[in-house]
Amino acid sequence: MDSTTAPPDKPVVTKRLDRMFLNLYDVAVFVGRFFKEVFLPPYEFKEIGRQCYEVGVRSLPLISLTGFITGIVFTNQSRPSLAQFGATSWLPSLIAIAIIRALAPLVTSLIASGRVGSNIGAELSSMRVTEQIDAMEVSGTNPYKFLVVSRVIATTLMIPILTLYTMLLGLLGAYLNVNQNEATSFMTFIDQAFGAISFLDVFASVIKSFVFGFTIGMVGCYKGYNADKGTEGVGKAANASVVTSMFLVFIEELLALQIVAAIRAV
Amino acid sequence: MMAMNEKTTTDKRDSVISIRDVKISFGDLQVLRGVDLDLYQGENLVVLGRSGSGKSVLIKLIAGLLLPDSGSIDVLGQRVDQLTEKELNVLRLKIGFSFQNSALYDSMTVRENLEFPLIRNVRNLSRADIDKATEEALESVGLAQTINQMPSELSGGQRKRVGIARTLILKPEIMLYDEPTAGLDPITCTEINHLINDVKEKFNTSSIIITHDLTCAKSTGDRIAMLLDGKFERQGTFEEVFAANDERVKQFYEYNFVN
Repeated sequence: MDSTTAPPDKPVVTKRLDRMFLNLYDVAVFVGRFFKEVFLPPYEFKEIGRQCYEVGVRSLPLISLTGFITGIVFTNQSRPSLAQFGATSWLPSLIAIAIIRALAPLVTSLIASGRVGSNIGAELSSMRVTEQIDAMEVSGTNPYKFLVVSRVIATTLMIPILTLYTMLLGLLGAYLNVNQNEATSFMTFIDQAFGAISFLDVFASVIKSFVFGFTIGMVGCYKGYNADKGTEGVGKAANASVVTSMFLVFIEELLALQIVAAIRAV
Repeated sequence: MMAMNEKTTTDKRDSVISIRDVKISFGDLQVLRGVDLDLYQGENLVVLGRSGSGKSVLIKLIAGLLLPDSGSIDVLGQRVDQLTEKELNVLRLKIGFSFQNSALYDSMTVRENLEFPLIRNVRNLSRADIDKATEEALESVGLAQTINQMPSELSGGQRKRVGIARTLILKPEIMLYDEPTAGLDPITCTEINHLINDVKEKFNTSSIIITHDLTCAKSTGDRIAMLLDGKFERQGTFEEVFAANDERVKQFYEYNFVN
């Protein structure tokens, strides 16, 4: 059944505000349903596996290239500033902190928003438009569980793994650049890079990535599942999935920054 | 001529779907304005009406995909709008729904499309059982050769047939066809009409066929119900309905057969 709520005939506050609160209510119901359905059988292990492959393995080439280039570019851009103070030997530490604390989770999530979020939004909205979701429902299958829960679990699990992978690729790119310019050995690079970061840095990034992954999956599914009818709805859903999930990822990054800073201060 | 609420010979049989005073609106638009309808055991009931008259809404209400604003819908003795999700899912297994655009799952092959409802709803099936049921369902619509094809590789008529086969795999008691001949050439339309009649014979189903194609209505319908201005104004056999001295009905006939 259609899960969006229609506004009342007469606005309670103004039509726009009413619509906004109703949308927020719909989002809350949609997200709440996930936490209810995720624990209830039947468990869609096969579909979750398929989605993990789609989100994780299929994203590897793009993530590899982006992570590697990020490491090289960031090292290159940081060098002149450090060189002014004769501190180019600090490059490995600086880059490790930047990549592990912020760049890897952010770059991975933004790439995933573009690739995975738009894909989920377009796929589900197209299924909505062509009545495939209705067909699933009338054949006795819970489409929310099959389509939404499996995709959100996949993005939540895969984005942290991709983030760890981006960290490694970013550090590899940085090492090659540093090795080329400063003739730093691999062991010295590793020693300096990992000497500058703590368990909290890696742990916070992984936890953050779980939240980013959940957000990307949930936004894509919400926009796709509740798409307007017609082909225009498909384009709108794909676009809104990317824009909204990117925006939310940045907001969450800002919040995570505050939380981690508070933990560090303790 | 058979006016509204007059009884036809089929009325003496058991009613498998009973709709009473159903109303539904979308925003300001009142689509169904107090609809009464019965589907009797073993009959093909054709619902005719213009585009946007609420025909598809009606069968979505029957399948529980939409809820009425008021009124009652009983399917196989159960009131659809009062069932829990679990009860509704059990009831839906007895209803086959053939969608207007077939609604085949794009990412799956024909075989996977057919297996999907079977694997998820029938327990303890062996691989051989699943293969046998899939092949039988496809053979019943004459498309056994398409089993490993993707939906995108099929023609419009083939997609319709596979869509019907997917619903038949669970051996439904009721079939709901939403515009089964829409967008098809006349020869394929005739084949689909034959298929609808074959399904009724072979699977002993009771069916509601939503259409605005009078050729389809004439060749498949045991009884016709005409939806006009949100209500069933006329019910009866094809000849009875179109013998009516109603300008809207005449217009419908003329546009189909004369123009």
